[in-house]
Amino acid sequence: MEISLAAETVFKVGNFPITNSVLTTWVVMAVFLLLALLSRRVSLVPRQLQNVVEILVLWLYDLTRSIINNDKIARRIFPLMAVFFVFILVSSLSGLIPGAGSIGIFHVVDGHKTLIPLFRAPTSDLNTTFALAIISATVYTFLGVSTIGFIEYTKKFVRLSSPIDFFVGILEFISEFSKIISFGFRLFGNIFAGEVLISVVTFLVPYILPAPLYGFEIFVAFIQAFVFTVLSIVFTALAIQRHEAEHAEPVEHESQPDAATTLINQTNN
Amino acid sequence: MDVESAKLIGMALAVGLGVIGPGIGIGIIAGKALEAIGRNPEVENTIRTNMLLGIAFAEALAIFSLIVAFIIKFV
Repeated sequence: MEISLAAETVFKVGNFPITNSVLTTWVVMAVFLLLALLSRRVSLVPRQLQNVVEILVLWLYDLTRSIINNDKIARRIFPLMAVFFVFILVSSLSGLIPGAGSIGIFHVVDGHKTLIPLFRAPTSDLNTTFALAIISATVYTFLGVSTIGFIEYTKKFVRLSSPIDFFVGILEFISEFSKIISFGFRLFGNIFAGEVLISVVTFLVPYILPAPLYGFEIFVAFIQAFVFTVLSIVFTALAIQRHEAEHAEPVEHESQPDAATTLINQTNN
Repeated sequence: MDVESAKLIGMALAVGLGVIGPGIGIGIIAGKALEAIGRNPEVENTIRTNMLLGIAFAEALAIFSLIVAFIIKFV
């Protein structure tokens, strides 16, 4: 059994290595290109495929708008967030298609023959997930700066009101980077671990156990795509918030749930 | 002890210890969510979505330890 953490190089164009995850990314892109070409034939009364896509787009748009609470910015970031969701979902699922990871070319590495698979899920390559994380971080930082202004934005990190607040600002600055790292590792880890799990279980209990695990991995692909998208939207919502508003908002909401919980407690007692 | 066996023990320890915390966390999240659904069944859908989100966060920590284990084993 061969498990490799990094994507393997299939062939080289000049000095530029083309790995199997890049090949799969092209396949995923071709699928989207096909869908985009099909979208020329949209009709006012949706049929079959158009119905599915419209449900997905509407659901994602409502989600974005409900978190952002600002129609203009929601409309600006919605296309990117929708692409995150769809791209991550399709590329995670592409690793579950039979043949991905098992169809390949034999290469001689270090004296013994090893199979280099032609296709590998793009999200099970750390480069792809980190690229997505960095795109997301760049976009929400840029949106934050352009919405509330550079000086207002840096006030989140440079806080001079008290010594404790100053360290909170430093921690906030560090957490901007740890966000990217956890973004990238969460997606990569979940998808890669799922693939390793399936290939290990196939050796232990063949035919029986892999089937339900396949279902679970499809579920994980949905959940991870959803988590990545929702987190990107939430971080955007946090970035476009002013520093003062951050403190003011929880107080407003606090009174209502409190009343509700006391009511529930009373009825329970 | 040679390096290879130390690596295997390290990998097992990384996963085994790293999964304890997220396991407890997921249990608490699911338990509390079920409690909330029992108290207030009308908002089941919202609670379920948020529960899955919370579980994904807790699970991410277990996944980090799994990645560390993979790195110990394969790199």
